[in-house]
Amino acid sequence: MEKRELTCIGCPMGCTLEVRIEEDGGIEVAGNTCGRGDSYARKEILSPARIVTTTVRIDGAAEKVLSVKTQKEIPKDKIFACSAALKKVQVKAPVYAGDVLVENIADTGVDIIATKTVLE
Amino acid sequence: MRACDIVIIGGGPAGLAAAVSARKQGIEDILILERDRELGGILNQCIHNGFGLHTFQEELTGPEYAARFIRQVDELHIEYKLNTMVMDISPEREVTAMNREDGIFTVKANSVVLAMGCRERPRGALNIPGYRPAGIYSAGTAQRLVNIEGCLPGREVVILGSGDIGLIMARRMTLEGAKVKVVSELMPYSGGLKRNIVQCLQDYDIPLKLSCTVVDIRGKERVEGVVLAQVDEKGKPVPGTEKEYRCDTLLLSVGLIPENELSREMGAAIHEVTCGPKVDESLETSVEGVFACGNVLHVHDLVDFVSEEAAAAGRHAAEYIHRLKRTKERPARGKTVPIEAGSGVRYTVPCSVCPARVEDKLIIRFRVDQVYTDCYVSVYFDDERILQKRRLAAAPGEMEEVRLTRKQLREAPGLGRITIKIEER
Repeated sequence: MEKRELTCIGCPMGCTLEVRIEEDGGIEVAGNTCGRGDSYARKEILSPARIVTTTVRIDGAAEKVLSVKTQKEIPKDKIFACSAALKKVQVKAPVYAGDVLVENIADTGVDIIATKTVLE
Repeated sequence: MRACDIVIIGGGPAGLAAAVSARKQGIEDILILERDRELGGILNQCIHNGFGLHTFQEELTGPEYAARFIRQVDELHIEYKLNTMVMDISPEREVTAMNREDGIFTVKANSVVLAMGCRERPRGALNIPGYRPAGIYSAGTAQRLVNIEGCLPGREVVILGSGDIGLIMARRMTLEGAKVKVVSELMPYSGGLKRNIVQCLQDYDIPLKLSCTVVDIRGKERVEGVVLAQVDEKGKPVPGTEKEYRCDTLLLSVGLIPENELSREMGAAIHEVTCGPKVDESLETSVEGVFACGNVLHVHDLVDFVSEEAAAAGRHAAEYIHRLKRTKERPARGKTVPIEAGSGVRYTVPCSVCPARVEDKLIIRFRVDQVYTDCYVSVYFDDERILQKRRLAAAPGEMEEVRLTRKQLREAPGLGRITIKIEER
Protein backbone atom coordinates (compact mmCIF):
# COMPACT_ATOMS: atom_id res chain seq x y z
CA MET A 1 0.00 0.00 0.00
CA GLU A 2 1.17 3.49 -0.87
CA LYS A 3 0.13 6.78 0.70
CA ARG A 4 0.19 10.14 -1.07
CA GLU A 5 -0.75 13.64 -0.01
CA LEU A 6 -2.33 16.05 -2.49
CA THR A 7 -3.77 19.56 -2.33
CA CYS A 8 -7.18 19.80 -3.96
CA ILE A 9 -7.48 22.65 -6.47
CA GLY A 10 -11.25 22.44 -6.86
CA CYS A 11 -11.88 25.61 -4.83
CA PRO A 12 -10.07 28.10 -2.56
CA MET A 13 -10.32 25.79 0.46
CA GLY A 14 -7.46 23.67 -0.89
CA CYS A 15 -8.22 20.58 1.20
CA THR A 16 -5.26 18.37 2.02
CA LEU A 17 -6.18 15.00 0.55
CA GLU A 18 -4.75 11.78 1.93
CA VAL A 19 -4.82 9.10 -0.71
CA ARG A 20 -4.27 5.39 -0.02
CA ILE A 21 -3.43 3.26 -3.01
CA GLU A 22 -3.93 -0.46 -2.37
CA GLU A 23 -1.97 -3.24 -4.07
CA ASP A 24 -5.06 -4.31 -5.99
CA GLY A 25 -5.34 -0.80 -7.45
CA GLY A 26 -8.11 0.38 -5.15
CA ILE A 27 -7.97 4.06 -4.16
CA GLU A 28 -9.27 5.61 -0.97
CA VAL A 29 -9.45 9.38 -0.54
CA ALA A 30 -9.70 11.09 2.85
CA GLY A 31 -9.59 14.73 3.94
CA ASN A 32 -11.85 16.04 1.19
CA THR A 33 -14.86 18.20 2.08
CA CYS A 34 -16.81 17.51 -1.08
CA GLY A 35 -17.01 15.18 -4.09
CA ARG A 36 -14.69 17.33 -6.16
CA GLY A 37 -11.79 16.39 -3.91
CA ASP A 38 -12.43 12.70 -4.43
CA SER A 39 -12.58 12.88 -8.22
CA TYR A 40 -9.60 15.24 -8.38
CA ALA A 41 -7.48 12.84 -6.30
CA ARG A 42 -8.44 9.81 -8.41
CA LYS A 43 -7.55 11.60 -11.63
CA GLU A 44 -4.27 12.89 -10.18
CA ILE A 45 -3.25 9.39 -9.10
CA LEU A 46 -4.42 7.41 -12.11
CA SER A 47 -3.70 9.74 -15.03
CA PRO A 48 -2.34 13.16 -14.12
CA ALA A 49 -2.51 15.36 -17.20
CA ARG A 50 -1.93 19.03 -18.01
CA ILE A 51 -2.41 21.43 -20.87
CA VAL A 52 1.06 22.74 -21.75
CA THR A 53 1.40 26.36 -22.85
CA THR A 54 4.66 27.63 -24.26
CA THR A 55 6.12 29.45 -27.28
CA VAL A 56 7.81 28.60 -30.58
CA ARG A 57 10.06 30.79 -32.73
CA ILE A 58 8.34 32.72 -35.50
CA ASP A 59 9.86 34.29 -38.60
CA GLY A 60 8.64 37.26 -40.55
CA ALA A 61 6.67 39.00 -37.79
CA ALA A 62 7.19 41.85 -35.33
CA GLU A 63 7.19 39.25 -32.53
CA LYS A 64 10.09 36.84 -32.05
CA VAL A 65 7.94 34.08 -30.58
CA LEU A 66 4.42 32.78 -30.98
CA SER A 67 2.33 31.47 -28.09
CA VAL A 68 1.09 27.88 -28.46
CA LYS A 69 -0.62 25.16 -26.44
CA THR A 70 -1.40 21.48 -26.52
CA GLN A 71 -4.92 21.14 -27.91
CA LYS A 72 -5.83 18.82 -25.04
CA GLU A 73 -4.24 17.72 -21.80
CA ILE A 74 -1.16 15.53 -22.17
CA PRO A 75 0.21 13.11 -19.55
CA LYS A 76 2.18 15.01 -16.92
CA ASP A 77 5.34 12.96 -17.51
CA LYS A 78 5.39 14.08 -21.16
CA ILE A 79 5.59 17.81 -20.37
CA PHE A 80 9.37 18.08 -20.73
CA ALA A 81 9.47 15.91 -23.87
CA CYS A 82 6.85 18.26 -25.34
CA SER A 83 8.73 21.45 -24.52
CA ALA A 84 12.03 19.96 -25.73
CA ALA A 85 10.46 19.01 -29.08
CA LEU A 86 9.05 22.51 -29.46
CA LYS A 87 12.47 24.12 -29.00
CA LYS A 88 13.35 22.89 -32.50
CA VAL A 89 10.18 24.19 -34.12
CA GLN A 90 10.24 27.38 -36.17
CA VAL A 91 7.13 28.70 -37.94
CA LYS A 92 6.58 31.47 -40.45
CA ALA A 93 4.03 34.29 -40.28
CA PRO A 94 1.16 34.56 -40.95
CA VAL A 95 -0.20 32.16 -38.36
CA TYR A 96 -3.81 32.16 -37.17
CA ALA A 97 -5.00 31.23 -33.69
CA GLY A 98 -6.12 27.59 -33.79
CA ASP A 99 -3.73 26.59 -36.61
CA VAL A 100 -2.16 23.17 -36.01
CA LEU A 101 1.62 23.69 -35.92
CA VAL A 102 2.84 20.23 -34.84
CA GLU A 103 0.86 17.02 -35.01
CA ASN A 104 1.14 14.33 -32.33
CA ILE A 105 3.69 16.13 -30.15
CA ALA A 106 6.06 13.77 -28.30
CA ASP A 107 3.90 10.79 -29.28
CA THR A 108 1.02 11.90 -27.11
CA GLY A 109 -1.53 11.87 -29.90
CA VAL A 110 -2.17 15.55 -29.15
CA ASP A 111 -1.51 18.44 -31.55
CA ILE A 112 0.15 21.78 -30.85
CA ILE A 113 -1.97 24.77 -31.89
CA ALA A 114 -1.26 28.51 -32.08
CA THR A 115 -3.05 30.60 -29.45
CA LYS A 116 -2.53 33.91 -31.20
CA THR A 117 -2.93 35.32 -34.68
CA VAL A 118 0.34 36.83 -35.87
CA LEU A 119 0.41 38.50 -39.28
CA GLU A 120 3.43 39.30 -41.46
CA MET B 1 -10.86 70.20 -30.46
CA ARG B 2 -12.37 66.84 -31.21
CA ALA B 3 -15.37 65.85 -29.09
CA CYS B 4 -16.27 62.30 -28.15
CA ASP B 5 -18.98 60.67 -26.03
CA ILE B 6 -16.78 58.14 -24.23
CA VAL B 7 -12.99 58.03 -24.19
CA ILE B 8 -11.56 54.83 -22.71
CA ILE B 9 -8.04 55.03 -21.33
CA GLY B 10 -6.39 51.67 -21.96
CA GLY B 11 -7.12 48.82 -24.39
CA GLY B 12 -6.55 45.86 -22.07
CA PRO B 13 -9.27 43.53 -20.80
CA ALA B 14 -11.03 46.29 -18.83
CA GLY B 15 -11.00 48.89 -21.62
CA LEU B 16 -12.17 46.37 -24.23
CA ALA B 17 -15.08 45.08 -22.13
CA ALA B 18 -16.12 48.62 -21.19
CA ALA B 19 -16.09 49.68 -24.86
CA VAL B 20 -18.12 46.68 -26.03
CA SER B 21 -20.66 47.17 -23.26
CA ALA B 22 -21.08 50.92 -23.91
CA ARG B 23 -21.56 50.30 -27.64
CA LYS B 24 -24.23 47.69 -26.90
CA GLN B 25 -26.01 50.35 -24.84
CA GLY B 26 -26.27 52.48 -27.97
CA ILE B 27 -23.27 54.81 -27.69
CA GLU B 28 -21.86 55.42 -31.17
CA ASP B 29 -18.98 57.74 -30.42
CA ILE B 30 -16.37 55.76 -28.46
CA LEU B 31 -12.57 56.03 -28.63
CA ILE B 32 -10.08 53.64 -26.98
CA LEU B 33 -6.56 54.99 -26.40
CA GLU B 34 -3.87 52.30 -25.98
CA ARG B 35 -0.17 52.90 -25.43
CA ASP B 36 1.05 49.50 -26.66
CA ARG B 37 1.28 48.45 -30.32
CA GLU B 38 -1.69 46.08 -30.01
CA LEU B 39 -4.91 45.73 -28.03
CA GLY B 40 -5.23 43.14 -25.26
CA GLY B 41 -2.94 44.62 -22.62
CA ILE B 42 -1.07 42.29 -20.32
CA LEU B 43 -3.15 39.29 -21.53
CA ASN B 44 -0.82 39.14 -24.55
CA GLN B 45 2.07 38.01 -22.37
CA CYS B 46 -0.06 35.72 -20.17
CA ILE B 47 0.24 32.73 -22.50
CA HIS B 48 -0.82 30.20 -19.82
CA ASN B 49 -4.36 28.90 -19.68
CA GLY B 50 -7.09 29.23 -17.08
CA PHE B 51 -8.74 32.43 -18.34
CA GLY B 52 -12.43 32.61 -19.12
CA LEU B 53 -13.86 29.84 -16.93
CA HIS B 54 -16.56 32.21 -15.67
CA THR B 55 -17.08 34.27 -18.83
CA PHE B 56 -16.93 31.59 -21.53
CA GLN B 57 -17.12 28.34 -19.48
CA GLU B 58 -13.87 27.17 -21.04
CA GLU B 59 -10.19 27.52 -20.29
CA LEU B 60 -8.46 29.94 -22.60
CA THR B 61 -4.94 31.34 -22.74
CA GLY B 62 -4.48 35.10 -22.28
CA PRO B 63 -4.12 35.87 -26.02
CA GLU B 64 -7.20 33.76 -26.80
CA TYR B 65 -9.24 35.53 -24.12
CA ALA B 66 -8.13 38.94 -25.41
CA ALA B 67 -8.94 37.94 -29.01
CA ARG B 68 -12.57 37.27 -28.11
CA PHE B 69 -12.98 40.88 -26.98
CA ILE B 70 -10.82 42.36 -29.74
CA ARG B 71 -13.04 40.61 -32.29
CA GLN B 72 -16.13 42.22 -30.73
CA VAL B 73 -14.46 45.64 -30.79
CA ASP B 74 -13.76 45.14 -34.50
CA GLU B 75 -17.22 43.82 -35.31
CA LEU B 76 -18.84 46.74 -33.50
CA HIS B 77 -16.54 49.17 -35.37
CA ILE B 78 -15.27 50.77 -32.20
CA GLU B 79 -12.46 53.23 -32.93
CA TYR B 80 -9.09 52.81 -31.21
CA LYS B 81 -5.67 54.41 -31.44
CA LEU B 82 -2.56 52.33 -30.72
CA ASN B 83 0.92 53.53 -29.69
CA THR B 84 -0.90 56.41 -28.04
CA MET B 85 0.08 57.71 -24.63
CA VAL B 86 -2.41 59.73 -22.60
CA MET B 87 -0.59 62.60 -20.90
CA ASP B 88 -3.33 64.34 -19.00
CA ILE B 89 -7.03 64.33 -18.21
CA SER B 90 -8.53 67.58 -16.94
CA PRO B 91 -11.41 67.66 -14.42
CA GLU B 92 -13.52 68.91 -17.38
CA ARG B 93 -12.63 65.61 -19.11
CA GLU B 94 -10.31 67.00 -21.75
CA VAL B 95 -8.01 64.10 -22.60
CA THR B 96 -4.57 65.08 -23.92
CA ALA B 97 -2.63 62.31 -25.66
CA MET B 98 0.20 61.87 -28.14
CA ASN B 99 1.36 59.48 -30.82
CA ARG B 100 3.59 59.55 -33.89
CA GLU B 101 0.82 60.23 -36.43
CA ASP B 102 -1.30 62.83 -34.67
CA GLY B 103 1.36 64.47 -32.49
CA ILE B 104 -0.18 65.95 -29.38
CA PHE B 105 -3.96 66.13 -29.49
CA THR B 106 -6.85 66.77 -27.13
CA VAL B 107 -10.26 65.13 -27.08
CA LYS B 108 -13.15 66.64 -25.17
CA ALA B 109 -14.97 63.67 -23.68
CA ASN B 110 -18.48 63.66 -22.29
CA SER B 111 -17.43 60.66 -20.23
CA VAL B 112 -14.13 58.93 -19.48
CA VAL B 113 -13.56 55.31 -18.46
CA LEU B 114 -10.26 54.75 -16.63
CA ALA B 115 -8.87 51.31 -17.53
CA MET B 116 -5.10 51.78 -17.22
CA GLY B 117 -4.44 48.62 -15.22
CA CYS B 118 -1.65 48.27 -12.70
CA ARG B 119 2.10 48.15 -12.37
CA GLU B 120 4.39 45.83 -10.46
CA ARG B 121 5.92 46.84 -7.15
CA PRO B 122 9.63 47.31 -7.91
CA ARG B 123 12.75 46.42 -5.96
CA GLY B 124 13.11 50.02 -4.82
CA ALA B 125 9.93 49.64 -2.75
CA LEU B 126 11.30 46.68 -0.78
CA ASN B 127 14.37 47.81 1.18
CA ILE B 128 16.52 44.83 0.20
CA PRO B 129 20.16 45.56 0.99
CA GLY B 130 22.96 44.73 -1.43
CA TYR B 131 24.38 46.06 -4.68
CA ARG B 132 22.30 46.73 -7.77
CA PRO B 133 23.60 44.05 -10.10
CA ALA B 134 22.02 42.93 -13.36
CA GLY B 135 19.68 39.96 -13.07
CA ILE B 136 16.92 41.40 -10.87
CA TYR B 137 13.58 41.56 -12.66
CA SER B 138 9.97 41.95 -11.70
CA ALA B 139 8.14 38.74 -12.59
CA GLY B 140 6.01 40.49 -15.22
CA THR B 141 9.10 41.91 -16.95
CA ALA B 142 10.59 38.43 -17.10
CA GLN B 143 7.26 37.18 -18.45
CA ARG B 144 7.39 39.74 -21.24
CA LEU B 145 11.01 38.86 -22.05
CA VAL B 146 10.27 35.15 -22.30
CA ASN B 147 6.82 35.17 -23.91
CA ILE B 148 7.04 38.17 -26.26
CA GLU B 149 10.70 38.98 -26.82
CA GLY B 150 11.72 35.32 -26.79
CA CYS B 151 14.72 35.54 -24.46
CA LEU B 152 15.42 33.83 -21.16
CA PRO B 153 16.57 36.31 -18.51
CA GLY B 154 18.57 33.76 -16.49
CA ARG B 155 19.47 30.13 -15.81
CA GLU B 156 19.37 29.77 -12.04
CA VAL B 157 16.49 31.58 -10.44
CA VAL B 158 15.21 32.55 -7.01
CA ILE B 159 11.76 34.11 -6.79
CA LEU B 160 10.73 36.47 -4.00
CA GLY B 161 6.99 36.66 -3.45
CA SER B 162 4.38 34.04 -4.20
CA GLY B 163 1.94 36.19 -6.14
CA ASP B 164 0.38 34.51 -9.15
CA ILE B 165 2.77 36.01 -11.68
CA GLY B 166 5.75 34.72 -9.69
CA LEU B 167 4.26 31.22 -9.55
CA ILE B 168 3.43 31.23 -13.25
CA MET B 169 6.98 32.37 -14.04
CA ALA B 170 8.47 29.61 -11.86
CA ARG B 171 6.83 27.08 -14.18
CA ARG B 172 7.54 29.05 -17.34
CA MET B 173 11.28 29.46 -16.61
CA THR B 174 11.48 25.74 -15.71
CA LEU B 175 9.88 24.74 -19.03
CA GLU B 176 12.40 26.96 -20.84
CA GLY B 177 15.26 25.12 -19.18
CA ALA B 178 16.08 27.32 -16.19
CA LYS B 179 16.43 25.92 -12.67
CA VAL B 180 14.11 27.61 -10.19
CA LYS B 181 15.67 26.94 -6.81
CA VAL B 182 13.11 28.33 -4.40
CA VAL B 183 10.14 30.66 -4.04
CA SER B 184 10.31 32.74 -0.87
CA GLU B 185 7.20 34.34 0.66
CA LEU B 186 7.35 36.89 3.45
CA MET B 187 3.86 36.09 4.75
CA PRO B 188 2.94 32.80 6.47
CA TYR B 189 0.59 32.06 3.53
CA SER B 190 0.88 32.39 -0.24
CA GLY B 191 -0.62 35.35 -2.05
CA GLY B 192 -1.35 33.20 -5.09
CA LEU B 193 -4.19 30.91 -6.11
CA LYS B 194 -4.09 27.30 -4.81
CA ARG B 195 -4.26 26.00 -8.33
CA ASN B 196 -1.04 27.83 -9.19
CA ILE B 197 0.78 26.50 -6.11
CA VAL B 198 -0.03 22.96 -7.21
CA GLN B 199 0.41 23.25 -10.96
CA CYS B 200 3.37 25.65 -11.05
CA LEU B 201 5.42 24.65 -7.99
CA GLN B 202 4.45 21.15 -6.80
CA ASP B 203 4.34 19.74 -10.35
CA TYR B 204 8.00 20.73 -10.77
CA ASP B 205 9.19 20.09 -7.19
CA ILE B 206 9.97 23.76 -6.62
CA PRO B 207 10.07 24.48 -2.87
CA LEU B 208 7.93 27.29 -1.40
CA LYS B 209 9.38 28.80 1.77
CA LEU B 210 6.80 30.72 3.81
CA SER B 211 7.69 33.43 6.38
CA CYS B 212 10.96 33.84 4.56
CA THR B 213 12.54 36.81 2.78
CA VAL B 214 15.63 38.03 0.94
CA VAL B 215 18.10 39.69 3.32
CA ASP B 216 21.03 40.10 0.93
CA ILE B 217 21.75 40.06 -2.78
CA ARG B 218 25.29 38.90 -3.65
CA GLY B 219 27.20 40.01 -6.72
CA LYS B 220 28.24 43.38 -8.09
CA GLU B 221 27.96 43.19 -11.89
CA ARG B 222 25.52 40.27 -12.07
CA VAL B 223 23.53 38.53 -9.35
CA GLU B 224 25.65 35.69 -7.93
CA GLY B 225 23.37 34.59 -5.14
CA VAL B 226 20.75 35.68 -2.65
CA VAL B 227 20.53 35.11 1.08
CA LEU B 228 17.15 34.11 2.49
CA ALA B 229 16.20 34.22 6.17
CA GLN B 230 13.16 33.23 8.20
CA VAL B 231 11.12 36.13 9.60
CA ASP B 232 9.28 36.38 12.93
CA GLU B 233 5.61 37.32 13.40
CA LYS B 234 6.46 40.97 12.83
CA GLY B 235 8.23 40.24 9.57
CA LYS B 236 11.72 40.83 11.01
CA PRO B 237 14.47 38.45 9.86
CA VAL B 238 15.56 35.98 12.57
CA PRO B 239 19.39 36.02 12.99
CA GLY B 240 21.01 32.63 12.47
CA THR B 241 18.43 31.40 9.93
CA GLU B 242 20.21 32.79 6.86
CA LYS B 243 20.80 30.47 3.93
CA GLU B 244 22.56 31.36 0.69
CA TYR B 245 21.26 30.24 -2.70
CA ARG B 246 23.57 30.48 -5.71
CA CYS B 247 21.69 31.99 -8.63
CA ASP B 248 22.06 34.47 -11.49
CA THR B 249 18.53 35.85 -11.40
CA LEU B 250 16.10 37.14 -8.79
CA LEU B 251 12.47 37.60 -9.80
CA LEU B 252 10.18 39.78 -7.71
CA SER B 253 6.48 39.03 -7.45
CA VAL B 254 5.65 41.24 -4.54
CA GLY B 255 2.42 42.93 -5.39
CA LEU B 256 0.69 45.11 -7.94
CA ILE B 257 -0.20 48.77 -7.64
CA PRO B 258 -3.00 50.40 -9.65
CA GLU B 259 -1.54 52.94 -12.05
CA ASN B 260 -3.34 56.15 -11.11
CA GLU B 261 -1.08 59.06 -12.02
CA LEU B 262 -3.72 60.34 -14.48
CA SER B 263 -6.55 59.87 -11.98
CA ARG B 264 -4.65 61.72 -9.25
CA GLU B 265 -3.75 64.68 -11.43
CA MET B 266 -7.37 64.91 -12.53
CA GLY B 267 -8.30 65.27 -8.88
CA ALA B 268 -10.06 61.93 -8.35
CA ALA B 269 -10.15 60.86 -4.69
CA ILE B 270 -7.90 57.82 -4.20
CA HIS B 271 -8.63 54.99 -1.75
CA GLU B 272 -5.71 54.56 0.63
CA VAL B 273 -5.89 50.76 0.74
CA THR B 274 -6.59 49.86 -2.91
CA CYS B 275 -4.59 52.84 -4.32
CA GLY B 276 -7.39 53.03 -6.89
CA PRO B 277 -10.06 55.74 -7.25
CA LYS B 278 -12.92 55.78 -4.77
CA VAL B 279 -16.05 54.77 -6.66
CA ASP B 280 -19.76 54.50 -5.99
CA GLU B 281 -22.27 51.85 -7.09
CA SER B 282 -22.00 53.09 -10.69
CA LEU B 283 -18.18 52.77 -10.56
CA GLU B 284 -18.10 56.56 -10.95
CA THR B 285 -15.13 58.32 -9.37
CA SER B 286 -15.32 61.56 -7.40
CA VAL B 287 -14.94 63.40 -10.73
CA GLU B 288 -18.31 63.59 -12.49
CA GLY B 289 -18.63 61.49 -15.63
CA VAL B 290 -15.36 59.62 -14.97
CA PHE B 291 -15.69 55.88 -14.32
CA ALA B 292 -13.05 53.28 -13.38
CA CYS B 293 -12.79 49.51 -13.78
CA GLY B 294 -10.32 46.64 -13.77
CA ASN B 295 -6.92 46.68 -12.11
CA VAL B 296 -6.69 50.48 -12.08
CA LEU B 297 -9.59 50.38 -9.61
CA HIS B 298 -8.36 47.48 -7.47
CA VAL B 299 -6.15 44.51 -8.29
CA HIS B 300 -8.14 41.44 -9.36
CA ASP B 301 -7.12 37.75 -9.32
CA LEU B 302 -9.27 36.69 -12.27
CA VAL B 303 -9.70 38.50 -15.57
CA ASP B 304 -13.29 37.24 -15.74
CA PHE B 305 -14.19 39.57 -12.87
CA VAL B 306 -12.35 42.42 -14.61
CA SER B 307 -14.50 41.90 -17.71
CA GLU B 308 -17.69 41.77 -15.65
CA GLU B 309 -16.79 44.92 -13.71
CA ALA B 310 -15.70 46.76 -16.86
CA ALA B 311 -18.93 45.86 -18.64
CA ALA B 312 -20.77 47.48 -15.73
CA ALA B 313 -18.57 50.60 -15.97
CA GLY B 314 -19.28 50.81 -19.72
CA ARG B 315 -22.99 50.49 -19.08
CA HIS B 316 -22.94 53.20 -16.43
CA ALA B 317 -20.93 55.52 -18.68
CA ALA B 318 -23.51 54.92 -21.43
CA GLU B 319 -26.37 55.72 -19.03
CA TYR B 320 -24.56 58.88 -18.05
CA ILE B 321 -24.33 59.93 -21.71
CA HIS B 322 -27.99 59.11 -22.39
CA ARG B 323 -29.08 61.12 -19.34
CA LEU B 324 -26.86 64.01 -20.29
CA LYS B 325 -28.38 64.14 -23.79
CA ARG B 326 -31.94 63.87 -22.47
CA THR B 327 -31.79 66.42 -19.71
CA LYS B 328 -28.74 68.48 -20.70
CA GLU B 329 -27.71 68.37 -17.09
CA ARG B 330 -26.65 66.01 -14.40
CA PRO B 331 -29.55 64.87 -12.19
CA ALA B 332 -29.08 65.24 -8.44
CA ARG B 333 -27.36 62.21 -6.94
CA GLY B 334 -29.80 61.46 -4.16
CA LYS B 335 -28.81 60.16 -0.76
CA THR B 336 -25.48 58.31 -0.67
CA VAL B 337 -24.66 55.66 1.93
CA PRO B 338 -21.02 54.81 2.79
CA ILE B 339 -19.91 51.16 2.60
CA GLU B 340 -17.34 50.45 5.31
CA ALA B 341 -14.74 47.71 5.68
CA GLY B 342 -15.36 46.28 9.17
CA SER B 343 -13.15 43.91 11.14
CA GLY B 344 -11.39 41.34 8.99
CA VAL B 345 -12.04 43.27 5.76
CA ARG B 346 -9.28 45.34 4.13
CA TYR B 347 -11.41 47.31 1.68
CA THR B 348 -14.60 47.25 -0.33
CA VAL B 349 -15.36 48.28 -3.91
CA PRO B 350 -17.54 50.29 -4.23
CA CYS B 351 -17.13 52.32 -1.05
CA SER B 352 -20.45 54.14 -1.29
CA VAL B 353 -23.89 53.51 -2.76
CA CYS B 354 -26.82 55.65 -3.79
CA PRO B 355 -29.68 53.13 -3.22
CA ALA B 356 -31.94 54.90 -5.72
CA ARG B 357 -29.44 54.15 -8.49
CA VAL B 358 -28.91 50.45 -7.89
CA GLU B 359 -30.15 48.49 -10.91
CA ASP B 360 -31.24 45.02 -9.79
CA LYS B 361 -28.35 44.09 -7.53
CA LEU B 362 -25.25 45.59 -5.99
CA ILE B 363 -22.06 43.51 -6.07
CA ILE B 364 -19.61 44.47 -3.33
CA ARG B 365 -16.12 43.02 -3.80
CA PHE B 366 -13.58 42.92 -0.98
CA ARG B 367 -10.53 41.20 0.42
CA VAL B 368 -10.08 39.69 3.88
CA ASP B 369 -7.05 40.66 5.98
CA GLN B 370 -5.75 37.17 6.83
CA VAL B 371 -6.46 33.48 6.30
CA TYR B 372 -9.77 32.38 7.87
CA THR B 373 -11.15 28.87 8.13
CA ASP B 374 -14.86 28.49 8.66
CA CYS B 375 -16.04 32.06 9.19
CA TYR B 376 -19.05 34.20 8.36
CA VAL B 377 -19.15 37.13 5.98
CA SER B 378 -21.70 39.47 7.52
CA VAL B 379 -23.40 42.56 6.15
CA TYR B 380 -24.73 45.14 8.59
CA PHE B 381 -27.19 47.93 7.80
CA ASP B 382 -26.18 50.31 10.60
CA ASP B 383 -26.19 47.99 13.66
CA GLU B 384 -28.53 45.38 12.25
CA ARG B 385 -27.12 42.27 10.60
CA ILE B 386 -29.06 41.68 7.40
CA LEU B 387 -26.96 38.98 5.77
CA GLN B 388 -24.65 36.24 6.96
CA LYS B 389 -22.82 33.93 4.60
CA ARG B 390 -20.75 30.99 5.83
CA ARG B 391 -17.34 30.60 4.21
CA LEU B 392 -15.31 27.44 4.85
CA ALA B 393 -12.15 29.28 3.82
CA ALA B 394 -11.17 32.82 2.97
CA ALA B 395 -7.72 34.17 2.15
CA PRO B 396 -6.34 37.58 1.17
CA GLY B 397 -5.23 36.14 -2.17
CA GLU B 398 -8.77 35.34 -3.27
CA MET B 399 -11.24 38.17 -3.76
CA GLU B 400 -14.62 37.81 -2.03
CA GLU B 401 -17.99 39.28 -2.89
CA VAL B 402 -21.45 39.79 -1.45
CA ARG B 403 -24.54 40.71 -3.40
CA LEU B 404 -27.29 42.97 -2.12
CA THR B 405 -30.59 43.28 -3.92
CA ARG B 406 -32.25 46.52 -4.89
CA LYS B 407 -35.16 45.47 -2.67
CA GLN B 408 -32.91 45.12 0.39
CA LEU B 409 -31.53 48.60 -0.19
CA ARG B 410 -34.87 50.26 -0.94
CA GLU B 411 -36.48 48.73 2.15
CA ALA B 412 -34.02 50.52 4.42
CA PRO B 413 -34.96 54.20 3.97
CA GLY B 414 -33.11 55.58 7.01
CA LEU B 415 -29.91 53.66 6.24
CA GLY B 416 -26.81 55.46 7.54
CA ARG B 417 -24.01 53.04 6.62
CA ILE B 418 -23.35 49.53 5.33
CA THR B 419 -20.57 47.49 6.97
CA ILE B 420 -18.98 44.26 5.72
CA LYS B 421 -17.35 42.17 8.48
CA ILE B 422 -15.74 38.80 9.00
CA GLU B 423 -17.13 37.03 12.06
CA GLU B 424 -15.57 33.85 13.37
CA ARG B 425 -17.77 30.93 14.19
